[in-house]
Amino acid sequence: MSDIAERVKKIVVEHLGVEAAQVKEDAKFIDDLGADSLDTVELVMAFEEEFGIEIPDDAAEKIQTVGDAIGFIKSNAKS
Amino acid sequence: MFDLGGKAALVTGASGGIGGAIARALHKQGATVTLSGTRAEALEQLKAALGERAHVVTAKMDDPADIDRLAKDAEAAMGKLDILVNNAGITRDNISMRMKDEEWEKVLQVNLTGTFRLTRAAMRGMMKRRFGRVINITSIVGVTGNPGQANYAAAKAGLIGMSKSLAQELASRGITVNCLAPGFIATPMTDVLTDDQKKGILGRVPADRLGTPDEIAAGVVYLASDEAGYVTGQTLHINGGMAMI
Repeated sequence: MSDIAERVKKIVVEHLGVEAAQVKEDAKFIDDLGADSLDTVELVMAFEEEFGIEIPDDAAEKIQTVGDAIGFIKSNAKS
Repeated sequence: MFDLGGKAALVTGASGGIGGAIARALHKQGATVTLSGTRAEALEQLKAALGERAHVVTAKMDDPADIDRLAKDAEAAMGKLDILVNNAGITRDNISMRMKDEEWEKVLQVNLTGTFRLTRAAMRGMMKRRFGRVINITSIVGVTGNPGQANYAAAKAGLIGMSKSLAQELASRGITVNCLAPGFIATPMTDVLTDDQKKGILGRVPADRLGTPDEIAAGVVYLASDEAGYVTGQTLHINGGMAMI
């Protein structure tokens, strides 16, 4: 399952154009990785596509760090 | 210029005078079109007249579930959605002192809330593909006001503010959001006016004639084109000089 963390980090690096080293589990998308609110929506869309899941809006709002995303996907992913 | 080959467009209110002309014009420029509205028969007739690259998806703009389904079905039919023309609109005219809550709410619901919902549903795919053209058909009365149309004018003015906000949210993703504001256009909606009423209106139109649906459609084609990629948050007024804003 650690593969999920790697895939999440890869998406974050690609989407936000940040260095892989910056994408730590406690890194906040907006405060630490320079995402704007639209970027966070797009990240959620990218996660949904990559992992074949649906992330409802109220869950998406709680995903603020890289670790939040990995945690949500680990408990909901089918693939 | 203004080649829309390979583009997929959804036009609401396509059974109406202006909506039909918009759908025909986008189709003529090469776009695949999905015609939406409530009158299935009229939509099917238009589809038959257009031939290939045309689909019909009926929907009621005051029904949230219907609107979500419309966005999904249109995308499914065409494979994507590049151009959204929010043209569906109704009137329930009455002087304000006599205007009923239902008349107010119905017009806001269809003309403003329905447009927001459909646009929100369409955004996702546009964001992914980094391309989108949202064109909201507002009205001159949204800017100038009109006695007897407090509800309609409020909804149409609301579209302008909404469009400017969406334009700012989405500009960095290649999505433009603009309004087109027709003045008095010869359609079944204006056919019901008496000759005296028409004369009164024309007295305020420097061009001294009603506009045609095709003149509105031409503006939509422009706003939908690749060439208009740097135009966003604007309102294009097509009104024969009736209001110069």
